[in-house]
Amino acid sequence: MEDFKVLLVDDEVEFVTTLAERLQLRGINSIVATDGEEALRKLYSEKPEIVVLDLLMPGIGGLEILRRIKQERPETQVILLTGKGSVGEGIESMQMGAFDYIMKPINIDDLIDKMKAAAKASCSTEKRNK
Amino acid sequence: MLEEIKNKLYKFTFGFLDFPEELAPPTRYRLMRRNMIILGLLGTILPLLLMALINQHQYKQALRKEVIKPIRALANKTKHSLELFLAERVSTVKFITSAYNAEELADMETLNHIFKTLNREIGGFIDIGLINAKGVQISYTGPYSLSGKDYSKQEWFHEVKVKGVYVSDVFLGYRKFPHIAIAVKKEGGCGGNCFLRVTISTDIFKNIIASMELDPESDAFIINRKGTLQTDSKFHGKVLEKCSLKISTYGFGTNIQEYKDPNGEDVFIACSYFKNLDYILVVVQPKSRLLRAWYTFKSEIFFIFVISVLAISVGTFKFTDILVKHIQESDEKREIAFREMQHTQKLSSIGRLAAGVAHEINNPLAIISEKAGLMKDLIENAPDFPKKEKFTALISSILQSVDRCSKITHRLLGFARRLDIEIEPLDVNEVIKETLGFLEKEALYRNIRLELHLAKDLPRIASDRGQLQQVFLNILNNAFAAVEDGGEITITTWDEDLDTIGVSIQDNGVGMSEETLRHIFEPFFTTKKGYGTGLGLPITYGIIKKLGGDIKVRSKIGKGSTFTIYIPKKPRKE
Repeated sequence: MEDFKVLLVDDEVEFVTTLAERLQLRGINSIVATDGEEALRKLYSEKPEIVVLDLLMPGIGGLEILRRIKQERPETQVILLTGKGSVGEGIESMQMGAFDYIMKPINIDDLIDKMKAAAKASCSTEKRNK
Repeated sequence: MLEEIKNKLYKFTFGFLDFPEELAPPTRYRLMRRNMIILGLLGTILPLLLMALINQHQYKQALRKEVIKPIRALANKTKHSLELFLAERVSTVKFITSAYNAEELADMETLNHIFKTLNREIGGFIDIGLINAKGVQISYTGPYSLSGKDYSKQEWFHEVKVKGVYVSDVFLGYRKFPHIAIAVKKEGGCGGNCFLRVTISTDIFKNIIASMELDPESDAFIINRKGTLQTDSKFHGKVLEKCSLKISTYGFGTNIQEYKDPNGEDVFIACSYFKNLDYILVVVQPKSRLLRAWYTFKSEIFFIFVISVLAISVGTFKFTDILVKHIQESDEKREIAFREMQHTQKLSSIGRLAAGVAHEINNPLAIISEKAGLMKDLIENAPDFPKKEKFTALISSILQSVDRCSKITHRLLGFARRLDIEIEPLDVNEVIKETLGFLEKEALYRNIRLELHLAKDLPRIASDRGQLQQVFLNILNNAFAAVEDGGEITITTWDEDLDTIGVSIQDNGVGMSEETLRHIFEPFFTTKKGYGTGLGLPITYGIIKKLGGDIKVRSKIGKGSTFTIYIPKKPRKE
């Protein structure tokens, strides 16, 4: 069992619940949010170390959530899910403070690697903050 | 009605210059060329011709005046001399009739004395005689024995009786040489009036005419009003013959006519009419000699005209050629630009559509991937799943297919490149390194050496990162295609000037011919037979121009190519 909690945010319920289940199977504590409001609510109630965030969502969009996270809980690391194929898009979001990005459809092992790296970064940030 | 006439007139005159816009290009340009040449030649040669004609005419007029003046003067002067000569002779005879009375003149001795004195002092007198009122010669001195000759039946006798003075036409006397007779009436004596008659030789006429010093082709002679020659003419008959020229026998002063003589030669004829006498002095001068200057001028003008027309024609043809070629080229360029634009638009709409589809498909694909992944996870974790291997293989197959699909969607998304420029501050060196990231694997695999000479202090510029990546990627792709395995590609960056930075990408590949160089930025021109789109460099060119920069290419076959890109540090306002 990994010692970090992950919040998965995506409007595709089927995708996000299945992904959560798979991560659970691999011993990663995952919770799910299917829209922006829920994501922000759970951010406070569950206090996940890592958020996996879909950029394109109805309502509050991915970029807005990213901004709010970076503003209110800057130690939280964000991995962006992007559908777009260009490198530039990724770089752009990275500049906004995301830890990393991964393209849909995802490779679960890649995602777990990135989460682990993010968790490390999160740890060090927290320590620095303390 | 008026419109109709106007239209018809137009069709007859300039209608042939019309050409319908919708004609096929070769015909259109041929017609355009023809029309321009016609208009050009009309517009230049017509005025030139007009000018030449007017000039020639004026010169001829002026020259004619110049030529006529001396002829007229000469004729006048000579006529004057002749008149003077005759008047002198008449006066002499008049003087004798006044100085001597009839008895003295009737005396042979006295008459002989007078005759001798006359010939000594004046000369040219052949004989002298006194004729009484009945017309009988009562005294005579001269070479013939004409005493007692009766003149009463002769015409001149009646004329002198009425007029008092008579000057005869030239006639041949007994000795067959031309002379004239002068008779003067003497009032009183000899039982009424008597008449003194002298004959004089016309040699003096010859002398006076000779003193005109005419050139050999010219002629001068005297005729009477009946057209009979009074002196020898060079070309128009002997004395007392009918003159072969037709000359108007009545006139006044001196007039000049242009005339074609019986030999068909153009001549000027000056006719000078004697006062009170029936003589006409005729001076004939051939035109050709007098107007030689004019003929020279005429041929000179003609020569100049021909040369000018030739020069104008050559000029017009050349100029028209260049112009039409220019028009044709710019038409073609416009056509190409239009096609390029259309193509870009087509590509971008295809790109947008593809991106939209790809994005929409990505989500279900992600779900399939996750569901299949979960199935796989569950089966793998279950200790006793029936047909476990079969299922694992099936799920792997699903995942592989999803992978294939996702590759396709990602490629489609990449294809939908951004068309709008997004300016941000960036480091060109960094952009180049990022772009090289795409190609490092190929370089490694083909053992291509990448030399980077990136200026360390290169200033950051405001430009579009994505577009620059695209530019570098396109040019590098070409460089990679041009070099052999083991080749070398050198990338250099520098600070060109205050507003520009330069990037050069040099390869030691196959290079390009000048012909190819001329076309590399044209869409759909490709040397990569089979797999080139012919769009790489045109897109590159378009982007660079859109960013306000410039791109130059140098290349030599077998030596390689160098693309030099100049990027403005700040985006230029269009």
